[in-house]
Amino acid sequence: MHFQSRFRVRALALTLAGAMLAAAPSAFAQAPVSKHLARNLAAQCANCHGTNGNSVSDVPSLAGARAIDTIKKMTDYRDGKMPGTIMHQLAKGYSDEQIALMADFFSKQAK
Amino acid sequence: MNSFNRRDFVKSAGAISIAGATAGVGLSGCASVGGAAKPKVVIVGGGFGGATAAKYIAMWSEGKIDVTLVERGSAFVSCPLSNLVLGGSKSIGDISVAYGGLDKYGIKRVQGEATGFNADKKVLALADGTRLPYDRLILSPGIDFMLESLPGLASAEARGKVLAAWKAGPETVALRNQLTAMKEGGVFAIHIPKAPFRCPPGPYERACQVAWYFQQAKPKSKVLILDANEDVVSKKGLFMAAWNGKFKGVVEYRNNQEIQDVDAKTNTLKMTFGDDLRADVLNVLPPMRAGNIATQNGLNNSNKRWCQIDWLTYESTAVKNVHILGDSLQIAPLMPKSGHMANQHGKVCAAAVVALLTGDVVSAASMVANTCYSFIDDKNVVHVASVHRYDAAQKTMVTVAGAGGLSPSPNLAEGVYANSWAKNIWADMLT
Repeated sequence: MHFQSRFRVRALALTLAGAMLAAAPSAFAQAPVSKHLARNLAAQCANCHGTNGNSVSDVPSLAGARAIDTIKKMTDYRDGKMPGTIMHQLAKGYSDEQIALMADFFSKQAK
Repeated sequence: MNSFNRRDFVKSAGAISIAGATAGVGLSGCASVGGAAKPKVVIVGGGFGGATAAKYIAMWSEGKIDVTLVERGSAFVSCPLSNLVLGGSKSIGDISVAYGGLDKYGIKRVQGEATGFNADKKVLALADGTRLPYDRLILSPGIDFMLESLPGLASAEARGKVLAAWKAGPETVALRNQLTAMKEGGVFAIHIPKAPFRCPPGPYERACQVAWYFQQAKPKSKVLILDANEDVVSKKGLFMAAWNGKFKGVVEYRNNQEIQDVDAKTNTLKMTFGDDLRADVLNVLPPMRAGNIATQNGLNNSNKRWCQIDWLTYESTAVKNVHILGDSLQIAPLMPKSGHMANQHGKVCAAAVVALLTGDVVSAASMVANTCYSFIDDKNVVHVASVHRYDAAQKTMVTVAGAGGLSPSPNLAEGVYANSWAKNIWADMLT
């Protein structure tokens, strides 16, 4: 059960991230997509989680976290499976694709 | 006098020849060509918007763009958390951060007062005569006051007595000193102008902080909130619960309290309706508009008060190659004038400016998120949060439906997070 849900999340993340990046240039021919989309989206998190996900305070760092873990946390917050003070409200602002892109970006940042 | 004077400009011929030599290079967007000068970005205002833009342009361009940050102050002093200095649980040093942390990014720092710019020649002018050529100019000048509506506060002397303390720094300390010097049983009154103003929850948080201080040090003293608005502008339920609960008998809130003027000598508000009102410590937040450099150089094209921009690049719709961030903006619906928001503006603008100056694609999708924490006392905190996305059809930012929200009640966990937020956002701007 646990494995299965994790596997599904991973598969979803990879599929979505891949689809987003691959489809972007053609699907949004009228709306240019920057190759820095993931970086730009992830920059929204830095106010609380630190530049490139490196927190200098009590808020957890995101840098170096496995993408699958970040995706699971964000989707659980978003879907009401994990309680929070603020993340359950902010997570509702992002699509699966956007969450996958941000998670992928943070997974590649040095701790 | 304050706007850019062309004759003065022509006199400083040395600066012009440098400007002329570099302006064309930046336009080509070929920053990587060996030997060519790098494109130049000059940023005015080292607050949440400007410092963030400076750091992120330097970081994201990986040295391909020459970044200069002009700031009048010697250190950053945070408006968020500055109400805690009034409450007494923090000192001004706790909310100040040096600018030296930006040096490692190769950012040039200039301490000075920017007064105007020549949009054709693309040169910024400082009060001391310095001229800084730019390819892209980014202004993050915050707010200034519309003092013409309150003649009683025209003089610096009057404003030194009836303080605003709406830009953190010496006035914050001065207002704290007025509160500690106030007699037991006295009244602190805060007047709030009609929205929009910088930091919508800020005046109400301030009332809580002063009430918390009074409860400990001067329990017979009162806090009187005189709000020109019809109702509490932000976090109404949470603040009202505090005033009717924890601070019952200390805080009184009155709506629709418009003023005609202020008599600083006697600490008196001249009310539009009703009797004059005198307080032992009077705190007046004058009506606000975009910062002086924006207002005095024709960038305030929204009701002559705020600045309109393209939300994908933050470029002014009035003047090309000039970008504007933060509290000076004509906000999109439900987007507060907050430091957190200005920091997010800074990053969207940074990404766009780097793309524009290096021949890259400017993203047609931008998102920003907001989090505003308010301290009820020294440890218990509430928040309001929102997520905003660019809507191509409306060409503005709209809130993402279903996202965002408020705290259910003041709580200790968010007190920890609010302090952590401050440390991280200050580091995100300045280190």
